[in-house]
Amino acid sequence: MARTDVQLMLDVKAGDEQSFELLLRKYRTPLVNFLYRMVRDTAVAEDLAQEVFLRVYRARQEYAPSAKFTTWMFRIATNLALNSVRDNRHRQMEISMDQSTDTGEEEQRAMEVPDRAPSVEQALVARCRAEMIMKAIHSLPEKQRAAVLLHKYQELDYDEIARVLECSESALKSLLFRAYETLRVQLAPLVSPTVRVDRVPADRSGQPA
Amino acid sequence: MNYGEGSEGHMFRKEKSHSHCAALESKLVEYLDGLARPAERHAVEEHLSGCASCRSRAEEFRAIWSALDELPAISPSPSFDASLRARIAAEPVRRSFWEWMPSPRFAFAVTALVVMSVWSSSVHRAVKNPSVISQAIQATQGTAESDFGMIRDLPVLENFDVVSKFDALSELPVPPSASKQEGAKETR
Repeated sequence: MARTDVQLMLDVKAGDEQSFELLLRKYRTPLVNFLYRMVRDTAVAEDLAQEVFLRVYRARQEYAPSAKFTTWMFRIATNLALNSVRDNRHRQMEISMDQSTDTGEEEQRAMEVPDRAPSVEQALVARCRAEMIMKAIHSLPEKQRAAVLLHKYQELDYDEIARVLECSESALKSLLFRAYETLRVQLAPLVSPTVRVDRVPADRSGQPA
Repeated sequence: MNYGEGSEGHMFRKEKSHSHCAALESKLVEYLDGLARPAERHAVEEHLSGCASCRSRAEEFRAIWSALDELPAISPSPSFDASLRARIAAEPVRRSFWEWMPSPRFAFAVTALVVMSVWSSSVHRAVKNPSVISQAIQATQGTAESDFGMIRDLPVLENFDVVSKFDALSELPVPPSASKQEGAKETR
């Protein structure tokens, strides 16, 4: 029978390094993705994800299973991401415009879409849509962004997300509504029947139907 | 006036509808997630059936959620685990006091040493301050000596008392040399 995250963490507390490896294997990809979508920089996201695991490991002796393990872990991750975003905002004010174009290239490299599409055109369209989605998510205020990422991609309960963001459940539901309302406007070209760019024909000619 | 009544009625309906639309703010996401309670779900469905803009919004929310699924996931770099292990290894080890002890026997020895050093330091402090001890000794010495002398002399005093009050001794005959000496003393 598979051990729960809390049991694994209690085993880590008891000195079982193997249980920490299991938690690492289970959560490194969701954490890196959550942090990447928060900070929009792969290197920073990996660094922050490692910092999350480091803090979890460091706190193992004091660990008390008062909440779900994911709530605790994503709370650490969210706080780190929010601090990083705020620090980066201050740093951005100091760097020159030509340096800022480098982050665009970095983002393009990170947004490599898996080659699931049968044609180059479809791959390009998929990449274009992914970039639009990423930009729209990044345009949200930090707390709304974190709420959307935890709700949509990590599929945490409302109670868990509210605990991570330290707000009430009703405040969270309003926060999510406002965030999706913004995304609805920003991503209208993706979902509008007249402007949809995903209606690429199945044939390899690449000509729209 | 019909116009006026009509306008007010329209405004009222618009206001009522707007308040319902605002109330949807905290319910729509939960409803679309399929997590709303039956009463709330019924209320949302009732509002959506009569409000085209909210119905459209709900449909677009669903479409947005579907579009968000298109965002590809990235994988951690191959060096992720190794970097993390290096960071963990570089962490300063925080050990409790007892973890510093290599064995229970050593821990006992250290504890014993500490107790002994505390005890010896307290004794040493007392030796360094002899006036207290000498006063105590003097105080006890006086009474002890007088008591001892009394106990030592007690049988002698008893013997003297018995001998001095023993009447039979006065009836003993006086020796001649002793009587002559007494006579000489008397003539002088």
